[in-house]
Amino acid sequence: MRLLPITLLLLLWLPVAHAVVENQDILPGDFTSPGQKQRFKELIKDLRCTVCQNQNLADSHASLAVDLRHQILEMMQKGKNDQEIMDFLVARYGDFVLYNPPFKSTTYILWTVPFIALFFALGLLVRLIKKRQQQQPPLAGTDKQALADALRSAGQSSLNVKPKK
Amino acid sequence: MKRALVIPLLVFFVLVGFLYVGLTLDPHDLPSPLVGKDIPQFQLTQLKNPQATFSNSDLAGKVTLVNAWASWCVTCRQEHQLLMNLAKQNTIAVFGINYKDERGDALAYLQQLGDPYVMNGHDLNGRVGIEWGIIATPESFLVDKRGVIRYKVNGMITTEAWTKTIEPLITQLNKEPS
Repeated sequence: MRLLPITLLLLLWLPVAHAVVENQDILPGDFTSPGQKQRFKELIKDLRCTVCQNQNLADSHASLAVDLRHQILEMMQKGKNDQEIMDFLVARYGDFVLYNPPFKSTTYILWTVPFIALFFALGLLVRLIKKRQQQQPPLAGTDKQALADALRSAGQSSLNVKPKK
Repeated sequence: MKRALVIPLLVFFVLVGFLYVGLTLDPHDLPSPLVGKDIPQFQLTQLKNPQATFSNSDLAGKVTLVNAWASWCVTCRQEHQLLMNLAKQNTIAVFGINYKDERGDALAYLQQLGDPYVMNGHDLNGRVGIEWGIIATPESFLVDKRGVIRYKVNGMITTEAWTKTIEPLITQLNKEPS
């Protein structure tokens, strides 16, 4: 198998190839401290990539996401706090960039509907349970006994009730 | 009909209604928070003349259309003829933000398809694009005489959107005092 060494070599090259493609992105050396890196990671986790809408800025490889990561790091290095950075992005892209949007007039439906739905679902559940209890009153002691007798006489007494002596 | 059956049926139809409306919505057509606001402060080198700049002052005092485009953007090519027509008919001054594009590629594109722009800014690294909240080219901003963004189109400007919405709006904006 002459292909095997070539394949292995190519496999070895893979992580390097990845680095070549990613060279425009932020590198660990771009951070001035481990704390800054941690803060950056936390921040981009909660921001949505507006191009690939179901990914956050941390996961996305879209070129806009790379640009925004640079923008965010630059703002952090200029001493901006998280709120200032989020406000900057919201001013340009809208609340949609936030995975945790604020509660305000345009988002109150988004925030309240789950709780309202839960409230109604619980109400419905309680009503159903009550109804079912009314329809099927629990067997009284004598009824249980009668049932056991009937089953026993039918030759299949499997109920966990002691037979009458 | 029993009441117990009516409620799930109603819920079902409400849900169908929501889903049906959802089918006609484009999740990428995000409302821009910049509409109604002043154009962002920006400065770019011009595409054709790198020594000169394109900035806020170039847009002052007239109704303008600012179009973000790139030579690598296929939809921009589809939109190009409409922009060419606007330039030919002198409907509105069209300015361009050449977004994340190589200067040579962009110039070749204009050479090949024609140049409808009064002026183009060369936004190689996309930083000015961030200021304008550009997500994906093409995007177009209708800017009034005072430099306020009055309307934004995400994606290609269709002929229908142009005649129905944008053209009447331009007529209205032209009447406003500067």
